[in-house]
Parts: sequence; structure tokens; C-alpha cells
Amino acid sequence: MTERKTILDVKGLQTSFFTDDGEVPAVDNVNFHIREGEVLGIVGESGCGKSVTSLSIMGLVPSPPGKIKGGEILFQDKDLTKLSEKKMREIRGNDIAMIFQEPMTSLNPLFTIGNQLREAIKIHKKDWSKDQVQERAIEMMKLVGLPRPEGLMKEYPHQLSGGMRQRVMIAMALLCDPKVLIADEPTTALDVTIQSQILKLIKNLNERLNTAVLLITHDLGVVAETCERVVVMYSGKVVEEGPVHTIFNDPQHPYTKGLLESVPDMRFKKERLYSIPGNVPKPGSIKTGCKFAARCEFAFDRCMTESPELYQTAEDHQTRCFLFDPKEVQSHDRTVIES
Amino acid sequence: MTEPLLKVEGLKKYFPIKSGILGKVSNCVKAVDDVSFTVQEGETLGIVGESGCGKSTTGRMLMRLLEPTEGVVTFDGQELTSLSNNDMRKARRDIQMVFQDPYASLNPRHTIEKILMEPLNVHNIGDPKERKKKVHEFLEIVGLSSYHAKRYPHQFSGGQRQRIGIARALMTNPKLIIADEPVSALDVSIQAQVLNLMQDLQKELKLTYIFIAHDLGVVRHISDRVGVMYLGQMAELANTEDLYEKPLHPYTQALLAAVPVPDPDFVREEVIITGDVPSPANPPSGCRFHTRCPFKMDICSEVVPVFAEVEEGHSVACHLYEESRPQ
Ligand SMILES: Nc1ncnc2c1ncn2[C@@H]1O[C@H](COP(=O)(O)OP(=O)(O)OP(=O)(O)O)[C@@H](O)[C@H]1O
Ligand SMILES: Nc1ncnc2c1ncn2[C@@H]1O[C@H](COP(=O)(O)OP(=O)(O)O)[C@@H](O)[C@H]1O
Ligand code: SF4
Ligand code: SF4
Ligand SMILES: [Mg+2]
Ligand SMILES: [Mg+2]
Repeated sequence: MTERKTILDVKGLQTSFFTDDGEVPAVDNVNFHIREGEVLGIVGESGCGKSVTSLSIMGLVPSPPGKIKGGEILFQDKDLTKLSEKKMREIRGNDIAMIFQEPMTSLNPLFTIGNQLREAIKIHKKDWSKDQVQERAIEMMKLVGLPRPEGLMKEYPHQLSGGMRQRVMIAMALLCDPKVLIADEPTTALDVTIQSQILKLIKNLNERLNTAVLLITHDLGVVAETCERVVVMYSGKVVEEGPVHTIFNDPQHPYTKGLLESVPDMRFKKERLYSIPGNVPKPGSIKTGCKFAARCEFAFDRCMTESPELYQTAEDHQTRCFLFDPKEVQSHDRTVIES
Repeated sequence: MTEPLLKVEGLKKYFPIKSGILGKVSNCVKAVDDVSFTVQEGETLGIVGESGCGKSTTGRMLMRLLEPTEGVVTFDGQELTSLSNNDMRKARRDIQMVFQDPYASLNPRHTIEKILMEPLNVHNIGDPKERKKKVHEFLEIVGLSSYHAKRYPHQFSGGQRQRIGIARALMTNPKLIIADEPVSALDVSIQAQVLNLMQDLQKELKLTYIFIAHDLGVVRHISDRVGVMYLGQMAELANTEDLYEKPLHPYTQALLAAVPVPDPDFVREEVIITGDVPSPANPPSGCRFHTRCPFKMDICSEVVPVFAEVEEGHSVACHLYEESRPQ
């Protein structure tokens, strides 16, 4: 792989919600970056902070109760966390676009598909003629593989299937050739045959238009199929980051390993599934030590009192686990890791 | 083969669609349209298919939580579909259901003890003291503790609530459990816990399962046999191994090819199907899959293929296999 420039750099991001029960640190010092034209996956179980991370990038964290407390989100030398709402709106339409899990909630049920597409184009191309706008709308619908664009333009969102609505959302998101597309669980509400069509479309657009994609999902299969690099999150933190092949073939963090072993594989029958004991913790509920310690079969005394940092284990691979702390690796018997 | 525990013949459910101010029935949704299968004692039959294909409707009709439009369901030698409502209520002691959303199916205002006690009250099992003992016993069996009995549903995580849902289904010592997407709402790590629990319980309590799900990995893991539904009909049914290793129906092939596999080196066989599932109010003529099938022939849009065995224990509804059928 050639060296590609970093296009979006998230540094030490901290986003919290201030609720009646106190502060919920949904995103707790998160670091990662996306390179030009790549597909980066963020994977993790519900509540680990995936959506809040993407909303933070888009400047869409509901506030109150939410607030970006710290960190930077660097996009083309600008820190997005410091921009005014007006500047942010420009970025959202033009440079960074987002699609969500349930396309129905982001389409207005009262207007036709054509109407909504044309309005979205007009926001960015104020000087275009009616014909130009119409032409562009049709072009976009064809790009995302929607059949009979002219007819569909006259229909309302409820007349479309889930897969078609998601295609419309992708068309809208791509209207202005964004440099980054954030897709938060874009296929979770869809059937598998439709999911595979949408994932193919996203990958295809990524390759043709060179749009970088941040794909957020809880589905390890979707990650393996679509992403080049993977960020694994657990309870508001990045616990492992690396190239997709490394993460799947040689996972390091005990959570990543456990997660991979827990998934039933459609290709063969495992006698018994491995299962990580305990429950998925709410962010902020674990105050000291490694957040995974209570469920980790490798936990040792240090894990209860100190928080591990992200240790660099290879050029492109980082793991938040004491077993990979260079200091521990020296003193600790390596067989613990390999067993 | 021994007599099956459950036998389903020609099961149908048509939901009327009303239209106009008079609410005249103008058409109907053929949610389940002529489905037949059997379930042997102690086995797990998986039922898969995409959203709206009729899995839940089938499951609910087996217990007559929904009245079938047509068809016969025989359970343990008794024809459920001809029982009076009163007798059916008694028969439900032996057939219980576990649902997808444990939260929606547990009364938020009742303690766990009260929730678990209810099936015992309904079926008049034991005296109050025995009932209480049984509640505590089953909480332990599903991996919770007796002190949880005094708590309310919202005080539990999704996985724990599903354990409660399972405990509730087990209270009457049923023979058959119909589980409708029991792990679909759970995180991967919790899903594995619940699947393991269900397998352990099956062995210990000699349970028979009908396991409805859309996740093909989960279904392969838990099932002995698997049925694939499409638009209200059974497209294919076979032993799990046969179905996954040599699927016959083009829809099964497409479905299996579409599942993302957690292995970046996996090279899949492409089976291209386009378009969406048609509406069950207006299903395609002939074979219901013909609008999306890559192998469609002329006959497919005209003649409904029969669902029949082509190899021992392997049934399929597709014209491609008409000739390989034993006459
Ligand atoms: N009460 C009802 N009235 C009218 N139509 C119904 C009713 N219940 C279900 N249907 C329709 O019957 C069909 C089958 O529904 P069913 O709930 O059995 O599907 P399913 O396979 O369980 O889907 P899912 O995977 O989404 O749970 C669908 O088209 C559905 O819209
Ligand atoms: N508007 C909100 N108010 C309070 N807490 C929130 C809000 N949105 C998200 N959270 C909390 O932040 C955490 C992370 O949520 P989220 O990013 O949505 O998780 P996921 O990884 O499933 O997308 C969760 O604990 C969630 O409850
Ligand atoms: S730091 Fe300790 S508890 Fe945390 S994942 Fe590593 S070994 Fe387990
Ligand atoms: S009957 Fe025809 S259309 Fe239907 S699955 Fe078989 S080949 Fe395809
Ligand atoms: Mg989310
Ligand atoms: Mg259902």
C-alpha cells in the first residue's frame, strides 16, 4: 500500500453527556486517523461510543446534555471542534457527509424523493438552472444504482423499500463529492441480500470517487468484508487499531480476541462458542484500572489499579493492554500471552 | 423414523387488507402460504429468511397465538388446530415462546418473581411455596441468582433480560420452545452466552427448539435442520450440514453468498441477485422467487414449483430439481 495522506485526524477526543446521574464519558480520549481514499472501520458493541464519535466529527452532538470536552478533530488543518456552527454547516454539506442506520428518519415523509434531492442540490449550487439541478439529481440516482430515476423522483419515502431509501441517502450524501463519508451502521436495518448490495455500492463509490469512508458497525463480518483498517472500541476507548488482516488473523487485545471467537461463523460449526463472561459496561461505570479487567481472563494485579495506554506493537498496530507494555513484556513470561 | 413431536401441514395465514371508508376487504397479505414441516423430539429446527417472509407468523400460529387461516398442526399426537380455546390454553403448558425483545415482553411494573410466577398460576402448578422455590431454582438455572427475584426488568441488561425470558418459558417444563429471534437484539459477546445457555438447557431438560432467526451464522451453530423461507413459503429444508454445504435452491445460494464472513481473506462465490423482496400482498406468479432468480426459466413464472424431497431429508421448491425427484 502506498503512503496516503491523513485527511481526518481525531486526537484525544473527549465527549461527555451531563445527565441527572452525572457525567457519562461516552468518548474518552479517542485517537484515530483516516487517510485519503481509505475505508476505516470502527467496530464495537452497543454503547461503546461509536455513534457519539461520528456525531462529534460532524458537530452534531446534542447539546445539552452533550459536550465535546477536549481534544481536536483536524480536517485540512482546521480543528473542527473550534469552528462556528455556520462554518461547520459548510463542512457538513461539502467536505464530510454522513449516512445513518435508519434512512426513513432522515428523509422527510411529506416530500417526494425528487423534491428532497433537488433541494439538497440547490443549497450548494445556488446559481444552477432548474434543468441543471434535475439533471444532476438523475445522475446521482443512477450513480447509486436506483432503477427508473424519473419515476422514483415523484414517489414518497414510504413507497420505497429500506434498501432503496438507503441508496437515496447515499446519493444525497455524495451530492457535493465529499472527501469523507461517515456511514453509521448503514446496513444494520437491512436484509443480508440488500446489505451486500449496499456494501458493494459503498466500496465501489470509494474506489471510483476516492471518497474516504468511516464505516461504523457492530458486525465483524461487515468489517472484514469492507474495511482496510479497523479501530476496535470498548467502553468509550480505542482498545486496538490495525490493518484488517492483522486484526482478524492476529488480534492482540483480549477483548478483540474474545469478540472474534464469540461470533458464530456461517462457514463451519463450532462445537461450542467462546463467550466473554459478564456484561458490556456502561461508559463511566468503571473508574479505575483497565475497563476490560472484570471480564478479562488475562487480568493481573496491575490491571485493577492502572489504566493501560495504547502501546505500539507494530508500525500500524496499537493495543491498549498491559500485556503489550514493553516493560511488562520484558518482565512477564510471554507464554501468558500465547496461551 | 419415529413419530415427530410436531407436524405442520399446509399452514396458511392470510391477513385481510381493508380499504376505503367502509373497510371492505380488497386484498390480503399472504404472510404464510402453504407451509409444511415436522420437528423431531430433542432436535432444533432453524427457520431463516429475510424480513417479512413469515417466520414470526409461522411461529405464532404453531401456538395459536394467531389463528391459522388454513392448515393442521399436530403436537405430541394432539391436533392443536381443532382444540377448543380452553383446551388450547392447557396445551400451551407444553409449548412456550421466547421473544426477540425481552424488554417489551416483560411487564415493567412486575418484579421478576411475579413475572416468573405467572405461568405457574395460569397453569395451576404447585402451591405458593413450591412456586416460589421453582422461581429461585430457574433463576439459578439460567445463570442469575435468587436475589434477582425482587428486582424489576429495567434493572437488568439486555442479556440478563433474555435469560429471564428464557426462565419464564421454562417454568411450566415445556417440551417445545419456539424462540423468535432470541439473540438478535444482543451484543455479540452476550449473544454467545445466551446461545450456550440454550444449548446446555436443551441437553439437560431434553427440550425441542424451533429457532427463528435471520442470522445465518447463529442458525448454523444451533440447528440440526434448517428451513429457508421466502415470501411466505418454504423454499428449502435440509440437515444443517447439507443446507450450508450444498444449498439447492437459488435463493438459499444467494442468501448464503450474501452473508459477510468475519475473515478478510475469504473469497466468496458470487451469486448475483438484484432487486428487493416483492410485496406479499401481490406475490409473483409461479415461483415466488422468479423476479430475482438468476436461473429463471419460462416455466418459473407460470407454474408453482412443488416443495418436495429430492434427496433423503432434503426438500426444495424449485423447477430445476423436478427431474431428480423420486417418482
Ligand atoms: N397483523 C398483521 N396484519 C397484516 N399483515 C401482517 C400482520 N402481521 C404480519 N403481517 C405481514 O405478514 C408478513 C410476514 O410477517 P412476519 O412478521 O411473519 O415476518 P418475519 O419473517 O417474522 O419478519 P422479520 O424478520 O422482520 O421478523 C409481512 O409482510 C407482514 O407485514
Ligand atoms: N443524547 C444522549 N444523552 C445521554 N447519553 C447519551 C446520549 N447519546 C449517547 N449517550 C451515551 O453515550 C454512550 C455511547 O453511545 P453511542 O455512541 O450511541 O454508542 P454506539 O457505540 O452504540 O453507537 C452510551 O452510554 C449512551 O448511552
Ligand atoms: S490490561 Fe489487563 S485486564 Fe486489560 S485487557 Fe490487558 S490483560 Fe486484560
Ligand atoms: S423455480 Fe425457477 S425461478 Fe424459482 S428458484 Fe427455481 S429456477 Fe429460480
Ligand atoms: Mg450507534
Ligand atoms: Mg419476525
